Amino acid sequence: MTDLKTVNILFCGTGGQGVLSAAEICGWAALYDGYHVKKSEVHGMAQRGGSVESHLRFGTLVYSPLIPKGEADFLLSFHPDEQARLVKYLKPSGKDLLPYLQQAETTVPDKKFINTYLLGALAKSLPIKEESWLQALALVFAGKRTAENKEVFLAGRNSHDLE
Amino acid sequence: MKQVFLSGDEALAQGVYEEGLKVACSYPGTPATEIVEYLSRLPEVDAQWSVNEKVAFEVALASSIAGLRSMFSAKHVGLNVAMDSLMTAAYTGVGAGFVVVSADDPGMHSSQNEQDNRLLARIAKIPLLEPSSPSEAREFAKQAFQISEEFDLPVLIRITTRLAHTKENMEIAARKEIPQKEFKINIPKYVMVPGNAYKKHLELEQKLVRLKAYAEKSSLNRIELNDRKIGIIADSVAYLYAKEMYPSASFLKLGFVYPFPADKIKEFASQVQELYVIEELEPFIEEEVQRLGITAKAKHPSFRVGELRPELIPLIIEGKEKIEEPSTARKPVLCPGCQHQAVFSVLKKLDLTVTGDIGCYTLGALAPLNSLHTCLCMGSGITFFEGFRKGVGKNVVGVIGDSTFVHSGISGLINLAYNGTKGVILILDNGTTAMTGSQPHPGTGETSKGQKNRKLILEDICRAAGADNVDVINAYKAEELETLLRKRLAEDALSVVITRAKCVILLKREQKKHD
Ligand code: SF4
Repeated sequence: MTDLKTVNILFCGTGGQGVLSAAEICGWAALYDGYHVKKSEVHGMAQRGGSVESHLRFGTLVYSPLIPKGEADFLLSFHPDEQARLVKYLKPSGKDLLPYLQQAETTVPDKKFINTYLLGALAKSLPIKEESWLQALALVFAGKRTAENKEVFLAGRNSHDLE
Repeated sequence: MKQVFLSGDEALAQGVYEEGLKVACSYPGTPATEIVEYLSRLPEVDAQWSVNEKVAFEVALASSIAGLRSMFSAKHVGLNVAMDSLMTAAYTGVGAGFVVVSADDPGMHSSQNEQDNRLLARIAKIPLLEPSSPSEAREFAKQAFQISEEFDLPVLIRITTRLAHTKENMEIAARKEIPQKEFKINIPKYVMVPGNAYKKHLELEQKLVRLKAYAEKSSLNRIELNDRKIGIIADSVAYLYAKEMYPSASFLKLGFVYPFPADKIKEFASQVQELYVIEELEPFIEEEVQRLGITAKAKHPSFRVGELRPELIPLIIEGKEKIEEPSTARKPVLCPGCQHQAVFSVLKKLDLTVTGDIGCYTLGALAPLNSLHTCLCMGSGITFFEGFRKGVGKNVVGVIGDSTFVHSGISGLINLAYNGTKGVILILDNGTTAMTGSQPHPGTGETSKGQKNRKLILEDICRAAGADNVDVINAYKAEELETLLRKRLAEDALSVVITRAKCVILLKREQKKHD
C-alpha cells in the first residue's frame, strides 16, 4: 500500500434500501487492501423510510469520522431526493454516481443487487483490488448467491462511464 | 492479533472483554444497545438486559463488589434512571473493576434530550474517560478496569452517537482471565448509613486529589506540539474534527478528562500563542480552563446545541455564531402494517387526549395521526395520565409499550390504583423492545443470551397492581377496540387494555430464521 490521501465516499438513500450494506462492503474492501478505514452512520430507529447516510473514508490515516461538507469525492445515492439533499457535500471535482442508479434500476434483475451494481460503478474509480471487493461482497452477503453478486458487480464495473 | 472492523460500541465491548469482563448489564437504548448485544454473543460474559437501568446498574455494581469485573452501559438518559445508585457507588467504591458507560446523543438522533453526561462525572466525583475513535474506545476500556481497581471507584466512559456508530479497522487481542476477587464483609465500606458515608465522602475527596495527579501523567492526555500559533484543547470526537480541519495545529488531546489535568492544561497553554477549546455541547472544558485563569477562545454559546461537524470547526475558531439549518432529512415513519397505526387511528377517532411514552409509538404524534400528545421519558405515559385525569378530565388515555411498561410503567400503575385514579391505560404489546432493534424483555421470557426463562404475564401483573379490568385484544381489530374503549371509558374503574400484535419487523426476522 502506498501513501493515500483520504478518499471520501458519501452513501445515501432511505431506510431499507441497502445503503448501509453498500458502505459496509466498501469499508471491508478498503480494509482488505490495507487502508485505514472509518465508516460513520446514524442508525437506531427501527422504523423504515427515514433518510440514511453513511460516510466512508479510507486512506493512510483518517481523522474525522464525517466527511467535511464539500469534501466528498464520490456521492453514491439510492434515491434522487437524497442525492438532491446531499449533493452539497460533493467537492467541485467530485463524482456524482446518480446516473448509475437509473441504469441499475433498469438493468439489474433483482433489486437486492442494486447496491452491488452501484459498488461496481464506484469501483472503477477506486484504488481497491477486485479480489478485495469480491471478498467483501461475499462477507457482507454472508456467502449467499456469490456468483450472481460477482456478475452484477462486474456489470457495474464494466459499464460505460456516465458521470 | 486479528484485523476487525468494529463500531465504537463493539470496540468498547471488545476492550472490556479482553480485560476479563464477567458481568455486563444494560437496558436497550440507542446508541448504547450494541455494547450488550456484542457481549451477549460471548460465552465467557454473563451479559443481561435488565428490567431498567437502575436494576442493571445495581446488579453490575454488586457483581463487582462480589469480586467480578463488571460493566453497566446505557444511553445518556438511561444513566439518569441509575443516578441514585451511581452517586452512592462513588462512596462505597467497587470490588473488582467496575466500568460505567454513558452513550450520549449530541444532535438527538434518537433521544428526548441532549444532556452532556461529562458533567455527571463532576457531580458524582468519579473519573471520566473519553475516547475519540472506535480503536480508542477499545484501548480506553482496557485501561478503565485498572483505574477502577487502583482507586476503588466506578470509572465513567463517555461516548457519543457518532463514536458509537462509527466503524474502524483495528487489531484485537485474546481475552485475559482475571481471577475473581474475594468478597470480604466490610460494613463501614458497604453499608451507607450516615456515619459510614461521612467517612467515605472524606475518602472520596482524597481520591479526587490522587486522581488529578494520575490524570496529569496519564497517557490518555497527550500534547501534540506542531505549529504553535494555534493550540487546541479538545476531547472526544471533537478532537478528530479539529485535527481534520487544522492538521498542523498543536493539540492537547484530553482522554482522561475528569478530574482535569490542570498542570498539563497550563503547560500546553504556555507553549502556544492562541489557545482554543473545541468541545461538543456544554462548556465543560472551557469553564475549567477559565477557572485556571487561562485565556482561551471557545465556541459561541449557539454551538452548545446540536452535534458538531468538521465543517463547523472553522466557525468556532473564528468566533462566529452557529447558523441553524433546518434538517432536511426524511423522518422515519411507522412500518407498513404496524399495530400502532391501527391503534392510534382508533384513538384519533375517539378524539382522546393521549399521554404517551417512549417507543416506536411515539411516532403517533406525527401528522396525519397527531394522536399522541405528551412524551417526556420512560414510564411517563402512565404517570402523565394520572396528572391529566386531575386537570383534563375523563377524555384521556395513557399509552405505553410492553417493554417500557416493564421498565418503569408498573410503579405508575400501582400509583393509579393506590390513589384511586380511574380510567384507561393502553399497553401496546408488540412482544419486543422494537425501536432499538427488537431486544427481548421480561414479557417475552427470553434473555439477551436467548435463554427461555419465566415469562412475565402482563395481564397478571396489571391485575396484581390493582387494575379493576384487564382486557387483551388483537391490535388490528379496530372496531372491537373502539367498542371496548368506549365501554371502559364510560365506567368508573381503572382499566388496562392490552393491544397485542407482534412487531412486523420482528415477525419478518423470525420468518427469516425459520427459512
Ligand atoms: S419496528 Fe415494529 S413496532 Fe416499530 S414501527 Fe416497525 S412494526 Fe411498528
